[in-house]
Amino acid sequence: MAKYLLLKHYRGAPAPANDVPMDQWTPEEISAHVTYMDDFAARLESTGEFVDSQALAPEGMWVQYGGEGRPPVTDGPFAETKDLIAGWMVIDVDSHQRALELAGELSAAPGAGGRPIHEWLEVRPFLGAAPTITE
Amino acid sequence: MTSSLDEVLLRSLTPSVLGVLVRRGADFAAAEDAVQDALVEAVRAWPADPPRDPKGWLVTVAWRRFLDGTRADAARRRREGVLDREPAPGPAPTVDDTLQLYFLCAHPSLTPSSAVALTLRAVGGLTTRQIAQAYLVPEATMAQRISRAKRTVSGVRFDQPGDVATVLRVLYLVFNEGYSGDVDLATEAIRLARQLAAVIDHPEAQGLLALLLLTHARRAARTASDGSLVPLAEQDRGRWDTESIAEGVDILQAALARDRLGEFQAQAAIAALHADAPTAEETDWVQIVEWYDELVRLTDSPVVRLNRAVAVGEADGPRAGLATLSTLDDSLPRHAAVAAYLSERAGDLATAAGLYAEAARRASNLAERDHLVRQAARVNARRSG
Repeated sequence: MAKYLLLKHYRGAPAPANDVPMDQWTPEEISAHVTYMDDFAARLESTGEFVDSQALAPEGMWVQYGGEGRPPVTDGPFAETKDLIAGWMVIDVDSHQRALELAGELSAAPGAGGRPIHEWLEVRPFLGAAPTITE
Repeated sequence: MTSSLDEVLLRSLTPSVLGVLVRRGADFAAAEDAVQDALVEAVRAWPADPPRDPKGWLVTVAWRRFLDGTRADAARRRREGVLDREPAPGPAPTVDDTLQLYFLCAHPSLTPSSAVALTLRAVGGLTTRQIAQAYLVPEATMAQRISRAKRTVSGVRFDQPGDVATVLRVLYLVFNEGYSGDVDLATEAIRLARQLAAVIDHPEAQGLLALLLLTHARRAARTASDGSLVPLAEQDRGRWDTESIAEGVDILQAALARDRLGEFQAQAAIAALHADAPTAEETDWVQIVEWYDELVRLTDSPVVRLNRAVAVGEADGPRAGLATLSTLDDSLPRHAAVAAYLSERAGDLATAAGLYAEAARRASNLAERDHLVRQAARVNARRSG
C-alpha cells in the first residue's frame, strides 16, 4: 500500500528506442496509442490500483513572489528548459516491484509503426503517512 | 450521522448479521452488499424509529435486499437455485461467524491492501467511500479493489478454519499504516482487535490488542501542536492515556501467563516497559534488549535488529549500539537515522549531522523527513555554536 508517481516527460528523459515525434505518426498510430493509454488506466481501476492520471500542456510560465503589495513576477516560457513534464499517472500498489512492473507496461504503449515506444518513465515514491509503531 | 444513532454500535453488528446471511446459503459477495444496504437503511430509519432488536432488524432488511438482488437476476437464480422464501435456520455454527469472517477477509490469497479493504468493509461495516477516503484513493478504485477481493475469496468455504496470523497482520496494517482522515483507522483497528480477541482464544490476538492499546495511549503526546513528530524520549508522559496503558498491560500479562510467546506479545512487552517508565531516563533498557532478543528469535526481521541496536545503545552505551549497527545492512530503511542518533550520543557531531541529512533524503514519509531535517539542522547548530 504505497503510492507512486509515474512521470512522463516531453523533454529531459533519455531517448526511447522508438524515438519518432508524435506528429510524424499516422493517425491510426495515434489512435492506437491513445486507446492503449485509456485501456491501461481502465485496467488499473479494475485492479483497484488507479489513483489519478493527468496530462499537462507543454507551455507554462515561471512565477515568483514579487514582494509586498506587488504583483507576482513572471518569466518565460523558456523553450530550452531541460526538463519538461508531459503528465503523470498516480498508482496505489502493494510493492515497489509492482510499481516497476506497471511502469514497464505503460512504457510499452505503441508509437510509430505500432511498435512499443520504450519511453523512459520516472518512477517516484510518494512520501506517505508515518507509521505509528516505530520501536 | 445523527447523534441519536451510535454508528460504532451499528457497525459492530456487521459481522454477525453477515454471518447469518452466509449461513442461510447466501453467497458471500451478494450477502456483503446486502448488509451494506441494510446499514445505510438503518442510518436513515433508526433515528426516527429505533428497533427493539437491532440485529434482528438488520438481518431481516439485509435478507430482503439479498433476495431482491437475486430476483433481479432471474437467470442467475435458476442457475444457482437460490430460494426466494424465508429459509429454515441453518445448522448451528460450530465456529463463531464473526471469526470466520475475519479469516475470510484476511485470506492468504488476498494481497495486503485487498485484505485490509475487505476487512474494513465486511467486518468493520465501513462504506467503500469511507475506506477510499481513509486510503486517499478514488471511490471507484476502492470499489473495484473490494469487489476483486470478494471474487478472489468466492471459492473459499466459509466454515474452514483460517490463519490467525494473517488476520493479526491485517489489523496491524490498519492500525499502523493508516492516513488520518475522517475515519479514525487506529481506533477502528483497536475495535476490530478487541472484537477478535473476544471470539478467539489466542495469546497473540491478546498480544496484538495490548500492543495497539499501549501504542495508542501515546497518541496525544506523539505529535506537537504544529503536527511535527515528538520522539518517545521527549514526549510529555503526563499526556499518555493511563487507562489505555492499564488495559493494555492487563491484557498483555494474561497473554504472557499462557507461555506461548509470539511477536505481538513481545512487541507489546517493549511498549509496556516504555509505558512503565515515569521518565525516559528511567526506562529499563536492559529488559527491552532482552525482549528484542526474543523478537529477533521469533521474526528474524532486519527492522527488529535495527531497533535492537537502538536499545543496545541505550543499555550499554552508544559505542556498543554502533558496534551492533555495524553488523547490519546499511541499505535498511532508517539505518542512517539510527546511525545518526547513536553517533550524536557518542559525541561525533560531524558524522551525526551528515547521517541525519542522509536519513532525511531516504525517509519514506513526510513527518519523519521533516523531523530528520530538523535534527540535522540542530546538530549543525551545535557544531558551530
